[in-house]
Amino acid sequence: MTLRACSEVAEGDELPPLHVTVTRADLVRYAGASGDFNPIHWNERVAREVGLPDVIAHGMFTMALAGRLVTEWAGDPAALVDYGVRFTRPVVVPDDGSGAQLEVTGSVKQRRDDGTVVVAITARSGAQTVLGKATATVALRN
Amino acid sequence: MGRVTCTAVPLDPSFVGRSYPPTAAYQVGREKIREFADAIGDDDPVFRDREAARAAGHSDVIAPPTFAIVVAMSSWHVLIDDPELGLDYSRMVHADQSFRHHRSIGVGDVLSTTVHVDGIRTAAGNDILTVRCEIADAERNPVSTAGSTLVVRGTSEQEGSA
Repeated sequence: MTLRACSEVAEGDELPPLHVTVTRADLVRYAGASGDFNPIHWNERVAREVGLPDVIAHGMFTMALAGRLVTEWAGDPAALVDYGVRFTRPVVVPDDGSGAQLEVTGSVKQRRDDGTVVVAITARSGAQTVLGKATATVALRN
Repeated sequence: MGRVTCTAVPLDPSFVGRSYPPTAAYQVGREKIREFADAIGDDDPVFRDREAARAAGHSDVIAPPTFAIVVAMSSWHVLIDDPELGLDYSRMVHADQSFRHHRSIGVGDVLSTTVHVDGIRTAAGNDILTVRCEIADAERNPVSTAGSTLVVRGTSEQEGSA
């Protein structure tokens, strides 16, 4: 991939959407890779004990998936200089053989003179948004 | 509903402004980057293949941008292990996260993290802790700033029946 040129980008541009299926196996793999073994991300009993409807995805896993929307579009993961999200609702991942569906969309909010571009991200699972104020700044080719 | 009992001691606001000594070095491994990239389903070759990374202008394989959380979270033990702070990790929820990357994390980096407590407040019976992890390389140059808001959920009966 090559880094996208800033001149190719206009405010309001939509990024190619990302659709990801999240299963229990994905959560176990992310737990191992990240070192976050909180049982609410793999153990139904513990999740229900703390008042959750079922096992939920790591917020950081959702953030990583949403980040892919931006880095795949930008053409270089190193272009992502600023990235922030709020974890507003959990992604509930049932043990039903099909898991949860995550849909990530984004659009260019601002193109700055210094070659950086601000992308607003929306992440939905089912009918609900799961991230708030999700914004990424990428440094594109001048 | 009715009587509200809180068994947790609120976090002490005098901890705001405190920072902890830099953590022991975290060495970024090639297979750890690959494992993380696989886990987030990102097949970009710059996370796996040195030649592809070089073609993209990097000296070697780089890590996905949110890999910084692996380094940041491994430093949170300084908070959890501080008996004076009294943070109950089992009731902690991640409320928000931000990263400012000064450069990409790459294979072979030897990183150390300085944890700063930027804020402590209470809202709706919960303690809200704002933590900033300054991740630096072996030459002490800044690599990444990872900001986290952590909510320590209260144990009031009111919340339990909500």
